[in-house]
Amino acid sequence: MTTAEARRPTLAVWKFASCDGCQLTLLNCEDELLELAGQVDIAYFPEATRAVVEGPYDLSLVEGSVTTAGDAARIQQVRASSRRLVTIGACATAGGIQALRNFADVSEFRAVVYARPEYVETLATSTPISAHVPVDFELRGCPIDRAQLLEVIAAFVQRRRPRVTAESVCVECKRRGNVCVTVARGTPCLGPVTHAGCGALCPSYDRGCYGCFGPADTTNTGSLSGRLVELGMPERDVHRVFRTFNAAAPAFAEESERHPSAAGGSP
Amino acid sequence: MTHKGVGEGRELTAETLARVEGEGAMRVVVHDGLVTDVQLRIYEPPRFFEAMLRGRGHTEPPDLTSRICGICPVAYEMSACHAIEDACGVDIPEDIALMRRLLYCGEWIESHTLHVYLLHAPDFLGYPGAIEMATDHPDVVERGLRLKQAGNALMTLVGGRAVHPVNVKVGGFYRFPTRAELGALRPRLQGALDDALATVTMASGFEFPDFEQDHEYVSLRTDHDYPIEAGSFVTSSGHAFGVDAFGDWVAEEHVAHSNALHARLRDAGPYVVGPLARYTLNHDRLPPTARQAADAAGLGATCRNPFRSIVVRAVEIVVACEEALRIIDDWSDGPATDAAPAVEVPARAGTGHGATEAPRGTLYQRYELAADGTVVSAQIVPPTSQNQASIESDLRGFVQARLHLDTEELTRQCEQAIRNYDPCISCATHFLDLTVDEA
Repeated sequence: MTTAEARRPTLAVWKFASCDGCQLTLLNCEDELLELAGQVDIAYFPEATRAVVEGPYDLSLVEGSVTTAGDAARIQQVRASSRRLVTIGACATAGGIQALRNFADVSEFRAVVYARPEYVETLATSTPISAHVPVDFELRGCPIDRAQLLEVIAAFVQRRRPRVTAESVCVECKRRGNVCVTVARGTPCLGPVTHAGCGALCPSYDRGCYGCFGPADTTNTGSLSGRLVELGMPERDVHRVFRTFNAAAPAFAEESERHPSAAGGSP
Repeated sequence: MTHKGVGEGRELTAETLARVEGEGAMRVVVHDGLVTDVQLRIYEPPRFFEAMLRGRGHTEPPDLTSRICGICPVAYEMSACHAIEDACGVDIPEDIALMRRLLYCGEWIESHTLHVYLLHAPDFLGYPGAIEMATDHPDVVERGLRLKQAGNALMTLVGGRAVHPVNVKVGGFYRFPTRAELGALRPRLQGALDDALATVTMASGFEFPDFEQDHEYVSLRTDHDYPIEAGSFVTSSGHAFGVDAFGDWVAEEHVAHSNALHARLRDAGPYVVGPLARYTLNHDRLPPTARQAADAAGLGATCRNPFRSIVVRAVEIVVACEEALRIIDDWSDGPATDAAPAVEVPARAGTGHGATEAPRGTLYQRYELAADGTVVSAQIVPPTSQNQASIESDLRGFVQARLHLDTEELTRQCEQAIRNYDPCISCATHFLDLTVDEA
């Protein structure tokens, strides 16, 4: 092994608008964290350490969405200092729950929350990282899955593509041997259109999937909505189930537009 | 960096405050050797939760508000459930309340351990972070990771996963864990209790500056146990009020330098929530093992030094482990196995209030519902916005006594003083680079 290959790759973790849950997932790898720190040089991770190693970085993990002019400029700097850039979670990949503003008037939102809206700087939309810079890989989930995160880091250290499936939650559910909550009990479930990765968690807890990993690569959301309505779900609630943590992901955004919200304003 | 004399310009900056949850900055202004102003600037971008909750269904706030914070999602879920159930006039049976407390114990263990070992202990032991600390203190860091993992395992069993648990709903849970699943976790929690006691011993051996503060404390309190998932308000000046009176007692202000709103008691001004307040106002409610550990650590019945918060936090990890074990034992002895995991919460028009003790302090939520359950208005008051004014006040005194230090050391010590409050900036975007302007 040459000296260059022996150098540990550097890892940076960046935060944009988010809840910190996806970067916490890295700290939640309790069994692997110290070994990981031996394999990669954790060069920039302010939530974990004050120490900062200057870039460029071999791998940047980006959490959060872009919601301010300052962050729109900052992501360009992050990209420029990163050999590989991977987005972690629904905010960085689809705009997150804060993208609900994209369907509303952000100045009205600002006035509702803040007594002095003029103190608060924000953009009208919350956008995914890919809307601003090229992204090498997008990891889904609100929050991301711990095992998938470790696989993505391992893959980039080993210079291969991550083995992360793009199938639907339904496939994971079958593999887990769950009885289908929709077929057996009529429970509304977004599993047929939702990206795998959680291991079919909700159906394993007697709950229908609520779409926190966002749309699978190929979806038939219209067919699923028809089934939800048959199960007795009001149009208003069909609108709501597609308007959560991945509301601005195109497949979910388009489907929500087809069903009127109760307010009667924006569909 | 050299120290400059009085009257010269001095600027001290930590662009991004490290080892806190979220993004913030601090600015200190010094005039003629006197600290005249301290501002915590929360630049974490706002996400407008209170605005986007309007128009949602009354069953949605637990899932939606959990996304405010990846470190304390259970606190958001629990306060939201309480507020909605209050608005709908529904009381929750004892077994569901007990399971909520068990889930919340998992979050206390996970969040407090994260803070004690990964965020705060490196300050006391002199390292930039826990990973660097592990080189010299592998046993310490491994114990911390093991303890945090036990908390996460409890959250994963009861909640489905550690970040944004899926098993919580308005009215209770989608399913209860089985007695066998709970029993299987028991040995691990017994080990966690031992690790928590070792944590108290470790933290009580750290060096603390003399820094007693006369803060007004606010906490929940119950008539039987240490406040976690329920209670009504008490203050250190002797007031008591119900959760529904929170708005009568507390005013939120919006200041120019921060995306967090500052909360103040209408009659007493700034106040503090969190471990020091809870401990001081509920010392008589500590379970036996935690009480012994606190005594052995030399804490006394009250704690007014924010730097000792790491010891109190460690005692509260003991509380959470001890309570979790008790609940699991009660559960397997009790009649609760066949109980329904949730009660129906039919929508009705009304306003409801909910408050629970998040690891970093009391978290209040209020919802106004329409007759069909649609959320008309929502208010969320996270712990960090309640503590922000007191953190600023602490720093004013702290910096004043340490102006002789060079910039790098003063910045490091200020960050430590801020971490005393385990600020969660993601929650309070509604935290820190450090700037000292000496004019």
